[in-house]
Amino acid sequence: MKSVKKHNLISRLTLSSLAFLFFFSINLSAQGDAAKGKKLFNANCAACHKLDKKVVGPALGGVTEKRDNAWLKAWIKDNAAFQKVDADAKEAAAFSPASMTAFPQLSDQDIDDILAFTSAPPVKKVVKATTDNVESTNKPENKDNTLTYILGAIMFVMLLMIYNLYRTVIEMKDDTKSKNLSEQLKSVCDAFKANKFLHFLLLIFFTLLGTWFVFSWLFQVGVDQGYQPIQPIKFSHKIHAGDNKIDCQYCHSSAKHSKTSGIPSANVCMNCHKNISEVAEDTKIVLDGITYGKEALDKEIQEKLYTAVGWDADKLEYTGKTQPIEWVRVHNLSNFVYYNHSQHVTVAGFKCQKCHGPVETMDEVYQFSPLTMGWCINCHKDSEIDMTENGYYKKIHEQLANKYGVEKVTEAQMGGMECGKCHY
Amino acid sequence: MKRVIKNSIVLLALITLITSCDKSKRKPNLQYMPNMYESVSYDTYGENSIYSNNMASRLPVEGTVARNSELPYEYENTIDGYKLAKAELKNPLDSTKIDFKKGKKLYDIYCISCHGKKGDGQGELVKREKFLGIPNYKDRDITEGSIYHVIMYGLNMMGSHASQLTEEERWQVVAYVQQLKNN
Repeated sequence: MKSVKKHNLISRLTLSSLAFLFFFSINLSAQGDAAKGKKLFNANCAACHKLDKKVVGPALGGVTEKRDNAWLKAWIKDNAAFQKVDADAKEAAAFSPASMTAFPQLSDQDIDDILAFTSAPPVKKVVKATTDNVESTNKPENKDNTLTYILGAIMFVMLLMIYNLYRTVIEMKDDTKSKNLSEQLKSVCDAFKANKFLHFLLLIFFTLLGTWFVFSWLFQVGVDQGYQPIQPIKFSHKIHAGDNKIDCQYCHSSAKHSKTSGIPSANVCMNCHKNISEVAEDTKIVLDGITYGKEALDKEIQEKLYTAVGWDADKLEYTGKTQPIEWVRVHNLSNFVYYNHSQHVTVAGFKCQKCHGPVETMDEVYQFSPLTMGWCINCHKDSEIDMTENGYYKKIHEQLANKYGVEKVTEAQMGGMECGKCHY
Repeated sequence: MKRVIKNSIVLLALITLITSCDKSKRKPNLQYMPNMYESVSYDTYGENSIYSNNMASRLPVEGTVARNSELPYEYENTIDGYKLAKAELKNPLDSTKIDFKKGKKLYDIYCISCHGKKGDGQGELVKREKFLGIPNYKDRDITEGSIYHVIMYGLNMMGSHASQLTEEERWQVVAYVQQLKNN
């Protein structure tokens, strides 16, 4: 009996130590490198999974608590084959009609790394206090200042004359010290009254000044340069086109074929914002001197955009209830002039910025160019036509170049200054 | 003396008049002849109160095929539709019509943000961690049919790009994507 007991003890010891080892080894095997896992997760899984939210696939935060390690490995490597042998897997596949891609290229260690990342507590990003100044937008000013200079010069001459008069009076009377200020002024006024030439100069001055004011006012009627209406959504072109470098034509896709550049329909927004429902921690935009941070901007996406397009962010499906977003048009060309975007974007190959200015730096878009006829004509006069790689028009280009005796034909010489090109 | 005072009053009045103009750029400027500037007909994206949502632009009746435009896409937006398109849908553009330069230009506008310049899934949005998990074209089993199908309908988190590209442009992009995959 003794021996049996002893045997029992040994076997127990071995068993328990084995169990201990086994437990330990499982623990070891389940230990992955979360940092590596993050990289792998972002490269392979993040297209369909997020940690805290259901997207195409289920949320994966803490998935190791729901399924064991071996099950997860089998599922990730080839879920279709695994479904045939495992009832749980079949059930899991019913989560979504979309089937998950098989990842045979991931090693056991890779999967452990990924799983370590999914069960790691979320790292809070330290938001740096940013002290960047809001750059004032430089709007172009190219006014003709000649008149201002003339007026300034006349003003200067007049002041000089008044000063001279004053000095003459003092010299003539030579008893300034005894007189008080009002008497001095009176004597200057008397001298002024007597000087007819000064009256004449003054008349010219006020006539010119008045004309300048009237004309500069008349000329700015109908010109909306700098117009910056308040938009219904705090949409920042700086974030989209500047920081994220999305091409203008990604959203304004009809510019290449059509007269209008197109206000993108909300389905284009949803190409990205189906996935991106909140902005990054340190995102902020400044409108009217007020800074809007993450909290306000998340609402713009989740409340305004999702309502407009009818997206149920919890169920991840469209409700079918849509409502138009009433954007305010910034660039309003008058109705008696024809302008076609495709002609300038596709044919001429101009960058949007040529007319619209540095939109990629604007949180809030304003009208950069004056959109006056003189502005159009100037560009037509300066822009040379690309005559290479355009066999169809080769002959007419040559003839035009001969006619004007130039090497390169400008748009104006091509007929871009004919009234009927734009006004009909 | 009186004249000087009178003149300076006029000047002051003029200056106040000019500077007191509404300098905030929130409202459009005064126009000479508004009824020449603004059209009587309904403008693109204009409002029309006849319709319940006030939009002047209307969608064409379902099933409408515009003249000179593409025919409806027959494959369904399901996994079966995807498999079918992958297996049998072929590029109607022959080698003389495929223009890689054009395809690249379109790819660089519509795909590059996520899929990256080389199609390796390292676009600007991926680098900035806005959009993650974009696969390399080389790692995925894709055919011209499946690429076209995905541009039409989107897949998983990718949205449909059918509204941004015409049928011909889509096929140009498909050809360019295949070139990226195979090089």
